[in-house]
Amino acid sequence: MDPLMPPPPIRRIVVDAPHVPVAPPEPLEAAVRARPRLATDAVERMRVEDLTIAYGPKVAVNGVTLPVHQGEVLALIGPSGCGKTTLLRSLNRLVELTPGAGRGGKIVLDGDDVDVIEVTDLRRRVSMVFQQPNPFPMSIFDNVAYALREQGSKRVKRSELMAPVRSALERAGLWDEVGDDLDRPALRMSGGQQQRLCIARALAANPEVLLLDEPCSALDPRSTAIIEELILQLREELAVVIVTHNLQQAYRIGDRVAFMYLGELVEYGLAADVFERPEHTRTAEYVSGAFG
Amino acid sequence: MTAIQSPPPRQDRPRLRTDPSGSWRAWPLRDRILLGLCWAAGLFLIFVAAAITLYMAFKGIQFLRPNLLWTRPEAAIDQSKSGGFLDPMLGTLLIIVGALAIAAPLGIATAVWLTEYGKPTWLARMVESGVEVIAGTPAIVLALFGLAFFSQGGLGFLSTTGEGGAVFGRSLLICCTVLSLEALPMIVGATREGLMSTPRHVREASYALGKTRAATIHRVLLPTARPNIATGCALGMGRVAGDTAVVLLLGGGTLQLAANGSIPGLNTLQGTGSTLTTYVYANSPSGEGGAPEKAYAAAFLLLLLVLALNWAVDRIARGDGRLGWIR
Repeated sequence: MDPLMPPPPIRRIVVDAPHVPVAPPEPLEAAVRARPRLATDAVERMRVEDLTIAYGPKVAVNGVTLPVHQGEVLALIGPSGCGKTTLLRSLNRLVELTPGAGRGGKIVLDGDDVDVIEVTDLRRRVSMVFQQPNPFPMSIFDNVAYALREQGSKRVKRSELMAPVRSALERAGLWDEVGDDLDRPALRMSGGQQQRLCIARALAANPEVLLLDEPCSALDPRSTAIIEELILQLREELAVVIVTHNLQQAYRIGDRVAFMYLGELVEYGLAADVFERPEHTRTAEYVSGAFG
Repeated sequence: MTAIQSPPPRQDRPRLRTDPSGSWRAWPLRDRILLGLCWAAGLFLIFVAAAITLYMAFKGIQFLRPNLLWTRPEAAIDQSKSGGFLDPMLGTLLIIVGALAIAAPLGIATAVWLTEYGKPTWLARMVESGVEVIAGTPAIVLALFGLAFFSQGGLGFLSTTGEGGAVFGRSLLICCTVLSLEALPMIVGATREGLMSTPRHVREASYALGKTRAATIHRVLLPTARPNIATGCALGMGRVAGDTAVVLLLGGGTLQLAANGSIPGLNTLQGTGSTLTTYVYANSPSGEGGAPEKAYAAAFLLLLLVLALNWAVDRIARGDGRLGWIR
């Protein structure tokens, strides 16, 4: 395919594809239009170099090199089983919890190899939100405070934690909804609220990088729109990496997009380039919905 | 391009269901017989349960007098002088509390280790089989083993001793220890079930916040499994309350709680006594047969206690709208 000629069908499908589930509400549209799609002044926070991850004999990620910038949303896309979630989980070394997982290559956070950083410290600095909302079976307050307390100790008083808990809930856009009832069991909230609580929990310890593993796939379109808007606000303060199956979502909120296929990084670049002027045939086929 | 043909409309009308409640009438004979057997089995169980409860209630209420609850039993042939069953009642409570105090921490710890650590695998398999063996061992065998074990000279401080240093290996404390083995498998099983039903991503969410495995277990997993732990404990309590063989062999055979030793409180545990089950046995025709009426009254009380425990289990297991995660 000639990279200089933007193929019209791709444009049509990405921008106004007939199978877009629900038109995003106004604020998000405005945010997408308003935000600058440039990344020249972004600070590199993490770097993945020649990363290879295998589960036993099965190679899930193969020789991936990728930077992660603060002030941008990096969207990882690709068909199921292409290794994008494994790549994401390797950034906070969560992949080590899977039995049989082995890693080659290097991951750097602010110049330090993640292997030399104490793992509990690394995971506070590189926080993560999961596919399913998973608040702990405790109150809303305790869920956020859990991230702040030293190894879950209850010694720190509630009054001392109120300010940071409030700030985290505000950043996650949840304070107005739950601020007056922080003792409610977190699992009684709606799915969308639960996921925003998980984001608040992840933000509580002031991480430098926020990892999101398909954070909207269990949610309805309305909650999805709220969370997408939230992600766009958060990218000013930290680096955001999001794995998503939803190409529209990747296009809406991703500043840079990495397309992975069979464990390898096929294409990495600005979202507009990857979606509208893909360099590789595989990418063009995937973003046009030909496979995946 | 050829248009896809839709199938022609059906000519035969579908059979309509006429009588939903009586649909079994159309079943083959074999199925109807089996259905009948299923009904019969269920009704039979209801009948047996109702017969036991009603008979015991009838006999129990007939012979249960309030003063039986606060008078101590005496060894007397004359029934009017043989007292009540205060001591067996206290003995039952003491044994429930004591056995649970040993079994609960041990069982929860075992379940946590099996589910969250479980390495090396061969050791975990061995622990699992060990728990299963204990669960399958008849109470009388556990009791015999306990007797042999606690009669060792070095363990004399736990039990009643004879003159000249003979260790009898019998005391309420030893009863509690051996009975805790009966409650243990239930607590291990229920706790494991609770831990295993917690989704993996919930554990990972805790690790992803920089928490250690210990903090995750303590602050996330055990609170999640609390209803299961409570169910296991209540089931274990039922087993302990209903056990006769262990108390008969290891309780020392005194009707009253006979303290042994000098430290108040502890000496009751070190001493001998009875429970409602052994009291019923001793007063029934198969025991000394002295007081069948009192045996009925005590048995009724025991039945009430066990039913109350079952009710508690049911309430806990059902929970008040236990909350779960979106799957």
